[in-house]
Parts: sequence; C-alpha cells; structure tokens
Amino acid sequence: MKAKHQRLILALAALVAIIGAGLLAVSALKDEAAYFYAPNDVKTKGVKPGKAIRLGGMVVKGSLKRAADGVTIDFNVTDGKATVPATFSGIAPDLFKEGSGVVAEGAFDRQGRFVATNLLAKHDERYMPRELDGMTYNETTHEMKAAP
Amino acid sequence: MHRFANPARFLKIARPLTGWLLWPGILLLLAGCASGLFLTPADYLQGNTVRILYIHVPAAWLGMAGWTGIAVSGLMQLVWRHPLAAVAGRAIAAPGALFTAICLMTGSIWGRPTWGTWWEWDGRMTSMLVLLFLYLGYIALANGSARQGQGGVSPVTAIFGLVGAINIPIINRSVVWWNSLHQGPSITMRGSSIDGSLLWPLGLTLFGFTLLFAAIVLMRMRAILAQNKVEARMQRLTRG
Repeated sequence: MKAKHQRLILALAALVAIIGAGLLAVSALKDEAAYFYAPNDVKTKGVKPGKAIRLGGMVVKGSLKRAADGVTIDFNVTDGKATVPATFSGIAPDLFKEGSGVVAEGAFDRQGRFVATNLLAKHDERYMPRELDGMTYNETTHEMKAAP
Repeated sequence: MHRFANPARFLKIARPLTGWLLWPGILLLLAGCASGLFLTPADYLQGNTVRILYIHVPAAWLGMAGWTGIAVSGLMQLVWRHPLAAVAGRAIAAPGALFTAICLMTGSIWGRPTWGTWWEWDGRMTSMLVLLFLYLGYIALANGSARQGQGGVSPVTAIFGLVGAINIPIINRSVVWWNSLHQGPSITMRGSSIDGSLLWPLGLTLFGFTLLFAAIVLMRMRAILAQNKVEARMQRLTRG
C-alpha cells in the first residue's frame, strides 16, 4: 500500500468518526435546541406554570380580541394538533396577525393560559407579490391556485 | 488536478481566468441588484424588506460554499499533498468570513421589521454565527502556525478545516430538524415557494456573487504565490 492510500484511508476514517460524533451530538440536542414549544409539545410533555418558555404556532383565525385598554390582546395559538390560549400586553410586530405564525416569549399561568412578555412574528417560506395574496397555496407542490 | 501542481502552469491559467470571472461577475450582480431593487414587486407581507433576499441568500451560500472549499482543499492537502491546496485554503478563508458576516448582518436587518427582533438564538442563526467564529479561528490558526516562506496553511489548520465542515450540514438542516424562528427552505427539490416574479433576480445575484468570489480566491492565490517567490528571492539574496 502506498503512503498516499494510507493517508486517504486515515482521513476517511477520521471523517466518518467526526460525522458520527456530530450526528450523535445533534440527535442528543434534538429537543434542547428547539427554539420554541409547539402547543402539542406543551400538551404531551407538560410545562410547569411560571417556567419561562417560548410558544410557537399559528394565530387561530377569528380568535384575536383586543381589550378596551388598547394594548392587551388575547388570541389562540395552534399547531394543528393542539390549541393554547394566550394573552399579551404591548406592541405586537407589524406582521403579527390572524392566520400567520407567531413566537411568544413568556410563561403559563395556573389556568393554563400563556402570558406573553414579548411577541415575534414568524415568517413562513412563501414569498409572493401582493396580487397573488388571497390565493390558496399547496404546501407540498408549492402550487398557487385562485381561491374558490 | 496534479497537472496544476506546478504553480507556473497554474498561474498561466489563473491570470487570464481572473478577469473572465471578475467582470461578468460584477456585471451580473449589478444587474441582479438593480432589478431586485427596481423591477420586482414588493412582497404581500414583508413589503420592500423582501429585497434584502438578493444579497442575503448569495452571502449565505458563499459562506457555506467557502467552508466546503476549505474542507475539500484540506483533504487534498493532507491526502495527496497537493501544493496548491494549502494555498487555496488560505485564499478562501477571508472572503468566506466576509460573506458569512454579510449574511448575518443582512439577516439581522431583515429580522428587525419582519420578526420584531435583531437577533434570536435559534438553530439557524446560532449555527451561522458558529461558522463565522470557525472562519476567524481558521484564519488565526493559519497565521499562528505559518512557517517562513510557505504561503499555504499548515497541516493542523487543514485538519481544523475538515473538522469544522460538520457545521455545514447542521446549518443547512437546522430549520428542518428544530423548531426555529427562521423560516424553512423556500427552494427545494420540489420547486420554489418564492413566486417567479420575485425569484429571477436572485439567480443573477447568486451567479454574480459566485463568480466574484471565485475571482477573489484566484487573486488571493496569485498574491500568496507571488509572496512566496519574493520571500524565496530575499532569502537567496541574504545568503548572497
């Protein structure tokens, strides 16, 4: 065997070991590295009231209510499997609206309601001009169709 | 590849190639930026902030492609002892770090109006920041372990480049593996969820910045080879 081949085998073996170590680390991180809890994670894993977390999902259409004081809003967050009520006092980002994604920072109170101290709007991977707004979008084929 | 192991033969090709990459690259990216600024419509949700896309995406691609290049040249240096691979590794590091920084900055500027925050520690942003630190570490290690008269990176730096490559698939998959604030991939094997009317300038800037990057790498490789020559000649002179 030539020295060149020895080095190649050594380098490839080292590479496989590094990739294996990386994959193991990443799979161990799986839940810890998640940026937010989805409502279904909250339901299945259980989050203690008062524990600071981030809650992420879609704002349920028709659930957004503005309180009389003008800064407090109530809304429901869903991931399609579970829905959680949430409340927030303050200035919401421009892109925060019903039917779009949100990441809320805060904690659950004893009644199971999420009290947010900060709201972030989560943008999805869709980009389109205004004329196409209101069309229906197929997540798997990326096809746009005129709404019926 | 070993045909180009001879620096003289490499330079004979690299010298004219630099111009052929540089000028079309600049032309394409200027055309892409101009059409991205003036010709494409605003996004239905983000409005005009969507236009940062035409810089942000090429910068992210080149930051990651740069490290892939560092890893490949590291492998070629360690296994085949290719003399130009070490030079290529050093030449890629600085522009790679620069484009990674541009990606982070444009992302931050876009994040403030879109998400409502300059910075969040989500998977995509954190792994991209790690890439910037890897670049800075690579440059520091290459400078710290450099030997007199050798412009290329040392073997230990090449190993560092190979090990750091594990971060590249992590960056790419971070938005799929973990819940993240950063949106999922828009352009996949199945198609693009960016409408065609917004997408086409991205092709121009992607291609333009890539050509520019390649031209910068060639220029830096030529500069390093020229520096080697100067140092060798100086040594001969002092020995007299």
